[in-house]
Amino acid sequence: MTNGLFDTPRYRIAGDRGLLVEYGDRIDLAINRKVRSMAVLLDQSPPNGIIEVIPTYRSLLIVYDPAETVPETIQTGLETLEGRLADIEIPPPKTVEIPVCYGGEFGPDIGFVAKSHDLTEDTVIGIHSATEYPIYMIGFTPGFPFLGGLSEKLHTPRLESPRTHVPAGSVGIANNQTGIYPVASPGGWQLIGQTPLNLFDPARENPFLYDTGDRIRFIPISVETYRQMSEAEGH
Amino acid sequence: MIKAFKVLTPGAFTTVQDLGRFGYQRMGIPVSGALDRFACQVANMLVGNPPDAAVLEITVMGPRLEFLSETHIALAGAQMGMTLDDEPVSGWQSIHVGPDDVLDIHQVTSGCRAYLAINGGIDVPLVMGSRSTYVGGRMGGFKGRSLKIDDVLKSGDSIGLDTPRRLSREWIPAYPENIVLRAVPGPQDDFFREGLDTLFSSDYMVTARADRMGYRLQGPDISLLEHMPPSIISEPSMPGGVQVPADCQPIVLFVEQTVGGYTKIATVISPDLSRLAQAVPGDTVGFESVDLETAHRIYKEEAVRLDRITRLLSQ
Repeated sequence: MTNGLFDTPRYRIAGDRGLLVEYGDRIDLAINRKVRSMAVLLDQSPPNGIIEVIPTYRSLLIVYDPAETVPETIQTGLETLEGRLADIEIPPPKTVEIPVCYGGEFGPDIGFVAKSHDLTEDTVIGIHSATEYPIYMIGFTPGFPFLGGLSEKLHTPRLESPRTHVPAGSVGIANNQTGIYPVASPGGWQLIGQTPLNLFDPARENPFLYDTGDRIRFIPISVETYRQMSEAEGH
Repeated sequence: MIKAFKVLTPGAFTTVQDLGRFGYQRMGIPVSGALDRFACQVANMLVGNPPDAAVLEITVMGPRLEFLSETHIALAGAQMGMTLDDEPVSGWQSIHVGPDDVLDIHQVTSGCRAYLAINGGIDVPLVMGSRSTYVGGRMGGFKGRSLKIDDVLKSGDSIGLDTPRRLSREWIPAYPENIVLRAVPGPQDDFFREGLDTLFSSDYMVTARADRMGYRLQGPDISLLEHMPPSIISEPSMPGGVQVPADCQPIVLFVEQTVGGYTKIATVISPDLSRLAQAVPGDTVGFESVDLETAHRIYKEEAVRLDRITRLLSQ
């Protein structure tokens, strides 16, 4: 085992319809790539009886119909697919630019994040917007991206008491993670800014702007630009 | 498309649901759908619909609806008194309604959720393959929300229903205040030892925090093995997953959750989720451990039971 990647996957039973497959024991790009590659292979040639495949940081949940298949059969299928891992190409990552108005009413916790690290708010913005963040997984709410690669200078614990309402578009920090709330929801992340973009719109031909494996870069914008873009997005 | 009914009062929490939205959990979109899949499917069969047609999921307190055209309806699931133009009518059977008829569904007397099917199914746009409402994502169902006063809903093209249909008493489930749910240990059963004994030998009470996302239970603490961390790297979750957060009080996850970072000691088998859907705060829930083979046998028996009901009703 190197870098937390398991030599053979670990299988866990998730009830009568779910098989959880773990490929490693940590948050790591190589492990995540293997998870996503297996998901691509399963999408391309879905074994009989598979209803849905859900890739996350280091594990894959396979939802199946017990009338059609059993975990043993799925495992055998996965082992066969592993042999084809080297041949497949997962879609090349695209970099998606997300405009963010940092601080003020848009990022009520930026002062706390700055103070926790003896930084100015401008430095926080500079550091946060200087990285291209890989999307390890999407979940929690529609299109919520879990991003890796947050600078250690900005690691900040969650709020002690979560907010009951986080506005859509809020950009937050939780420990070593950063992410965006595409729809309004409760949430405990430290909010440092907000994007005017609609990150999730079920009525749009492509409801999402990015997929797991893509990269996100945050572009700081002014309040004025935020207002203009927000209007253009139909808010 | 036919104008079906107008909402005079919406009830406590009434949403449009079908059997769920599949294929988008990787984008953070939960399956949603009827919590009591058995009652949802039977309600549809009673009016001649396919089992996955969209219905109203009615929670605790029913709505008052004015029908706008002639059709057939049926209520299945929780017991709720019901009147049609002030005349009492019963659940688990098809009811003929005409324009201007007013259906009044009262407070629940047993169970928690009832399903109202209408001939042709409720016609709302298919969003990502399903008509289910996901209120948290403001999507699906009727405008992505629960019903409000003055909403007008439509139904799909009518489906021929030659004779009235009624489910005989022997097939109608009871909704006792104490239930035992069968659960398969895992996915993280290896994080527990005594905790497993506690879960499978204790009674838990349903708290007021019980909704479509999950049922929070209260009872004896479920302890993790000493060296095990309470949280894990976030992973996908299945409906029925029994999550154990830091306070050691279990939460049975339902249909509006896609990922989570707490260990799951066991997973309730899917046929038993229909029974949990009928539990209300204050009810008692116990857990019985079953192995995967047994769980799959029960799953198939449930499918056979539903097939038999389908045949009986369409005779």
